[in-house]
Amino acid sequence: MENTIKVNIIDREGTRHELDAPTDMNMNVMELCKSYELPVEGTCGGMALCASCQVYLESDTELPDQNDAELAMLDQAFHVKDNSRLGCQIRITELIDGIVLRLAPQ
Amino acid sequence: MIETDIIIIGAGPCGLFTVFEAGLLKLRCHLIDSLPLPGGQLVEIYPKKPIYDIPGFPVVNAGELVDNLMKQIEVFKPAFTLGESAQYLEEAEGKYVVTTNKGTKHRAPIVIIAGGLGVFEPRKPPIENLALFEDKGVEYIIRDPELYRNKRVVISGGGDSALDWTIYLIENKLVKNLVLVHRRTSFRGHLDSVQKVMDMAQAGKIELITESEVVGINSNGNGQVGSVVIKHVNLGDIIKEADHFVPLFGLTPSLGPIADWGLELEKNAVKVNTVDYSTNRPGVYAVGDINTYPGKLKLILCGFHEGTLAVQSAFARIHPNKKNVLKYTTVNGVSGF
Repeated sequence: MENTIKVNIIDREGTRHELDAPTDMNMNVMELCKSYELPVEGTCGGMALCASCQVYLESDTELPDQNDAELAMLDQAFHVKDNSRLGCQIRITELIDGIVLRLAPQ
Repeated sequence: MIETDIIIIGAGPCGLFTVFEAGLLKLRCHLIDSLPLPGGQLVEIYPKKPIYDIPGFPVVNAGELVDNLMKQIEVFKPAFTLGESAQYLEEAEGKYVVTTNKGTKHRAPIVIIAGGLGVFEPRKPPIENLALFEDKGVEYIIRDPELYRNKRVVISGGGDSALDWTIYLIENKLVKNLVLVHRRTSFRGHLDSVQKVMDMAQAGKIELITESEVVGINSNGNGQVGSVVIKHVNLGDIIKEADHFVPLFGLTPSLGPIADWGLELEKNAVKVNTVDYSTNRPGVYAVGDINTYPGKLKLILCGFHEGTLAVQSAFARIHPNKKNVLKYTTVNGVSGF
């Protein structure tokens, strides 16, 4: 499909979901997960304020550096690893086609 | 006992605008909010952020929108119980009594829950036996610094509140000793606070343990905190004797006590009937981000609509025999209380 990439999400049970993700809807990974009804809360609505969409980056996809808000939030979150990211701060663009992300514990 | 027509739980934008629509129907409102100021998330989380989808405002800052709402409802003299969270909902003689965590009681025939994200609660680290030690040496919020006088204290966290309390407890010579545990080597607090804490560590006034997390708590034999287990990324476990463990990781929203009010819930939200945004309990409504229904959108403008319809229904409940017609403010203006 045109304007569609693949985003792989591994849920907390270890099941891998290969999601079709539109690049022309200004979406982020948190919103994508919610739209597929995966168990991501996204409590704050995507403002990098709750860490309920924390994911671990498991592919060698190059992502833009984290901004201050994301780093500050991850500082207060738990289960944080070197490859932790907030799903709401990862934009769905061609650059992340094939990305593999694992949902962090709640 | 505070008496009113409508108790509104949550003083965010939807709760505030509901006061206006209720006022047009000559219904008085009293708002309860766990935060010390009205405005909800808009004031607490993003006061400086621009909002672009409020009809008639090409752009408005969140804080400014709250100021405007407060001005708009002033004429209807809303009353507030702030800094207290609504804890209990009980029925008594055809009315509802809402009691806060501080014991303030409110009575009204109608309750409108405009609770947004819920109440803001301290974020608790995932330590297995943490709950066992709550109020037995584990505190998530420092309420009375005197509690720590001459005590051995372990604080964990890397944000402003961990830094500020570390500085306060040391500068006021309250604690016997203080260990600050942080997951990373750098801090994200205000630069001068970071510098102060670094200086204190250098001078041996505090013990700073970075690249570490508190992973366990041991009892002193009497059920109180006796020591904490700190896991260093390279060095393994470090045991520190302590009387208090204070994890300071900011606040996170949760549905809170509302979850126990016998309301039908779905995905952490209150289910409502879109005819009038009523819940399964007669006379209890839910509007704004806290409710859910097919097609729900968490938008301020939708919350305004929901509150407007809810008070029409509330009016019919309060005055079953009174006729009510929609009046335009352009025709009648706004006459307050």
